[in-house]
Parts: sequence; structure tokens; C-alpha cells
Amino acid sequence: MARDKFLTVTSTAVPLPIENVDTDQIIPARFLKATTRDGFGENLFRDWRYDKEDKPKVDFVLNTGKYSGAILLTGKNFGSGSSREHAAWAIYDYGFKVVISSFFADIFKGNALNNGLLPAQVSEGFLQKLISAVTKDPATKIRVDLEKQEIVLVETGEKENFDINDYKKECMINGYDDIDYLLNLKTKIEQFENSRA
Amino acid sequence: MAGKTLFDKVWDSHVVHEIQGGPSVLYIDRHLIHEVTSPQAFAGIDKRGLSVFRPQNTVATPDHNVPTMDQHLPIRDQLSRYQVDKLTENCKKHNVTLYGLNDPFQGIVHVIGPQLGLTLPGMTIVCGDSHTSTHGAFGSVAFGIGTSEVEMVLATQCIMQPKPKKMRINVEGKLSKGVGAKDIILYIIAKISASGGTGYFIEYAGSAIRSLSMEGRMTICNMSIECGARGGLIAPDEITFEYIKGREFAPKGIEYDAAVAKWRQLTTDEDAVFDVELNYDAADIAPMITYGTNPGMGAKVSGNIPTLDEIETGNVATFNKAMQYMGFEAGEELVGKAVDYVFVGSCTNGRIEDLREVAQFLKGKKKAPNITAWIVPGSKQVEKQAIEEGITTILEEAGFKLRQPGCSACLAMNDDKIPEGKLAVSTSNRNFEGRQGPGSRTMLASPLTAAAVAVTGKIVDPRTLI
Ligand code: SF4
Repeated sequence: MARDKFLTVTSTAVPLPIENVDTDQIIPARFLKATTRDGFGENLFRDWRYDKEDKPKVDFVLNTGKYSGAILLTGKNFGSGSSREHAAWAIYDYGFKVVISSFFADIFKGNALNNGLLPAQVSEGFLQKLISAVTKDPATKIRVDLEKQEIVLVETGEKENFDINDYKKECMINGYDDIDYLLNLKTKIEQFENSRA
Repeated sequence: MAGKTLFDKVWDSHVVHEIQGGPSVLYIDRHLIHEVTSPQAFAGIDKRGLSVFRPQNTVATPDHNVPTMDQHLPIRDQLSRYQVDKLTENCKKHNVTLYGLNDPFQGIVHVIGPQLGLTLPGMTIVCGDSHTSTHGAFGSVAFGIGTSEVEMVLATQCIMQPKPKKMRINVEGKLSKGVGAKDIILYIIAKISASGGTGYFIEYAGSAIRSLSMEGRMTICNMSIECGARGGLIAPDEITFEYIKGREFAPKGIEYDAAVAKWRQLTTDEDAVFDVELNYDAADIAPMITYGTNPGMGAKVSGNIPTLDEIETGNVATFNKAMQYMGFEAGEELVGKAVDYVFVGSCTNGRIEDLREVAQFLKGKKKAPNITAWIVPGSKQVEKQAIEEGITTILEEAGFKLRQPGCSACLAMNDDKIPEGKLAVSTSNRNFEGRQGPGSRTMLASPLTAAAVAVTGKIVDPRTLI
């Protein structure tokens, strides 16, 4: 089923310079009881964002009011742990379109791509550059260009490329999803089954 | 041309189609589903007006959300009940076999698959759960997938995956007394870190691995994901074939013989090449425990938490954050720390062999007064066996009670939550912040270490008690 097309995003960003952010931090298990894909953004980073009484923790980056935007900047090994796709849904539902990190966990990366959320991996050096620029000036704009596979610090023009496989890139740009592709392969799948029988 | 690895053999024989510059289309032999990651997938195929393409290849069971007490009563938590009911409804509608609550085959997906003979060598197995890697212990290619991929399997019996790189980890030699499979895998993860395996599929080999029972091998493969690897596998051998023989859905009679003959081919060729190969000596492995908030932060129980000088510069921030959360100090001794909870269970260590080990240790001993212990069987069958073997009696005499099967405090989706600030020693697989309940603190260890802690009330090297 068609999804929103992804071409470029130019936006301010939210810095979360923590490493090994696992999917239990992104969305704790007790919030996985829904049977639809909607509304998970509310509980994104739940236990970092809210205290026991469900009151916002004022110094957490999403609560300070200082940073906003469609880009999340975060430390290495982002999305480790559980395969819950709810993590990608929560980030997307909150309003992020891109997560930039120096390293992503495998399953998270796949889940993000399957939901129109771009996981863009850059070098540790460039990540730190982006984080310090944004921390210094929250109005700093970053441009993410999927076609050119590059991330640009708009003000200075400094940039770096990121990798994505051609197939996934095309899917993101055109808003295609894997199921449509697989459904078109049905005959081939049946042939495969017959060949093993 | 170089030979093939076991992983290559299984993977390559399931590729239906290769996409230029993209992933492979991989055929899935066995699909396991549970209540938490499947409802949106069923909703997806319903929305497209599709039916399940090969319902006979999917098996369902509720495990993540279920209570571990009073399972005969309706589930009290409304959202959990709704999710479990939704699974029942979806399975009925799409003709998928379901082992519901109170069914003799119900249990944690990764415990029931092997136990029922649904997990066989050479298969591709997926489930919307990262610990699907468990099934790799049988020489199958098994890994966790997201809900969009669950939908793909329901709709087409295929998923799209880029082929991972290959790593082999050899553990040679004889394990010392008191050291088990859990210690091996915690040791490996501590060596290579919580992300050291990302992008790889691991084959575990070597005499120490070969010497393990199927349960032990499952514990090892189960935690492959905790070093970031997509999965792990072990070549099947006589121990594997013996385990499978006679299981409910395993091939029987001449079909079994024919299958075994085929399974014997499932080995890595001698001249096969791995992208990375690591070697460890079993003699270097001691009982392990984690002290931080990812499974890579592990040390010998008898040792100390690393000092700041021992932490690589890039990891200092993570280390300090973990120490703050756990309330521990760099360089501190582990033995002697007071513990509040002990959890024995999960798809890592909730199998019969784990309960046997715990019971054997606890026999004639008593629970420490400061400990609350939750001992949760991995499945209905494990529960039944534990009762038949008198394990429940031993536990009761020591002051424990066997609960009913489910994921329980491993992820604390049901009522089994470790309270805020409390310290738990758990046989599960994740020590993330709040994993076992908001604000809970987790130290991962083997069933033997957990049992020893339950008796002493504090962190203890189990070797001093056996
Ligand atoms: S026992 Fe824990 S790790 Fe295993 S399937 Fe259940 S929640 Fe996941």
C-alpha cells in the first residue's frame, strides 16, 4: 500500500546524544498492548520523558521546549534490543522523519525503512559536528537528501553521504512497500514451493 | 571456489528471488506468532483483502502478556485480554493453529517450537520477536522480524532480507564446574560488546559448544541478538537428532530416518570462509553476571565492576550512565551485593533443564528471607514435567512456588514487574533500564547463580556453594 514519498527533509533537529538507546527506552513494553499502529508517539521515550506520576520530566530534551524538528540526532547503536516495530512507529508518530546516528541496530533499521522513517548512518565525527551545531544553536537547519544520499549542515554547507540499498531507496522515494513487491512475485513463490516438494 | 558455511547452505536454498542492489526474497518454512506483534499484521492483510497464504506454516501462542497466576480465570488487565482475544480471533479467521491459554502446548514461542518438534534443522524460521534466534540451536536459520515483515509472511510466506555477513565463534575445551551455557554467552557478549555482532549471523562451534545439551545450545543462540547479531546457529549432530526424535510434530519412522540423513549434510564445509572468526578457551570462562544496563556489561561474578581506566574512551558516557542507574560504583566488588528479587524463567532459561538445575541446587536449602523469587516455566509442557519430576515439591520445600508459563518478568508486560529501585538477579536476557518494570535494576546470570543468590540473599559465586 502506498506510503508518503520521501525526497528531502530540511529541518531543525533534536539532539539525544545517548549511546545504545534500546527499544525498551524508545517504547517500554507496557505500552505495547495496542492492536493498531497509531498513537505510539505519545509514549515515545516514556520513562525518560515522564516521571512516576506521569508528569513531564522538565530537563528531558523533548520537554525543554528548546529543540524541535523532524530529525532526531542520536548516539551509536540506536534501536538495539527487541524487534518491536512499535519503536519505529512511535518515532514516526511523534513527528520524526529521519534518525541520524553513527550506528544502527539491524532489526530497527529494517523496521524504520518499512515505515517511511529514514535511518541515516554517518561517521562518528560528522554526528558529533551535527550535535554540537544543534546544541549551540537550536535553530540550526539540517538537510537530508535521499536522492543524493547526503546530509548537509545548511549554514556551513558541510556534508556527508550515507548508504542505503538501491531497492529500499526506490521504495522510500516512491512510497512503495515490500508487500506490494512480494505479491507480484506470487507465481515465482509457488514455483519455488513446487520445486522443493 | 571456497566451500559453503552452514548458514550459506540453509539461506541459499531458501532464496526465491534476488533483487539487484537490494535484499533477497527468502522463503520461510516456519512462522511463529504471538499476541503483541501480530495484530497490526493481520489488520494489514485484512485491509488488503488478503487471506493467509500458507496457514499451515504459521503457529500461534499467547505468551508476552499473559498472567502467570490464575490462568484459568479471565485475564484481568483489559488491554492484555483484548490483545490475547484478538490473537484468537485472527487465528480462527485465518485458519492458523493456536495454542491458547490453558492449552497443554501453550508457552513462550521459543520454548514451544523446539519442544513440539516444530523447529527442525535446515529450516528458515521467523517470528515477530528478536529471540527467534533461539531456534538456530537446531541448525536452522532463525531470526526476529518486525510487524511489517510478519504481514509479509502471512501474505506471501516470504520476507525480504539482505544477506548478513558471517562470523564463527569457536569455544574449545572443557567447561569448569558450575559454568554453563549462559556463562558462555554472557562471556562472549562481554568480549565483543552489545553491538559487536551487528550485521552478522554467528555460527557457534568448538568442543565446548558440542558438549552442550540442546537446552544449553538454545540458551547460547537465544542471546545472539544481545550482541547485535541477527541470529546464531549450531550445526546439528546426534544430540540434536536425539532431541527431535519422537516429538509431537517431528517426522516419524522412515520419514525421520530420511530427515536425519539429510540433516547430516548441514555442516560448514572445511574450506568455507567467514568474514570474522573468534576463538575462546572454555577454561577461561567463569560464572558471569552483568553489572550495567546492556548485556555487554558483564563480568565474572567473583570479579569486580571495571574501573574507569578499563573502559574504552568511547564508552565512558554509557558506562557512567549505567552506573548511575544501577547505583553501583566503578571498580566495586560484585559478590556480597544485597539482592531483592530472583527471576528464573524466559526463553533463555525457562526450559526443563534450567528448572532441574535450580531444583537440584535448592534441594534441602531454604530461600533467604530478603528474596522474592519468581520461578516461571517456559511452557505448559515444562510445567507438567516439573510437577511430574517432583521439582515443584523441592521448590516448595525451599520456600518457592512455581508460577504458570509466560514471558513474565522478562519484559514485565503483565503484572510481574520488579518494583522501582529493587535489584533483581534474572536468568532472562535483557538488563535494559526499566526492562523488568519501571525503575527496576537487573543483573543477568545463569540459573545456577540465580538459585545461589536466592539462598544467600546476595550476589555469590555459585562455585563456592557446590
Ligand atoms: S521470554 Fe522475554 S525475550 Fe523471550 S520471547 Fe518472552 S519477552 Fe521475549
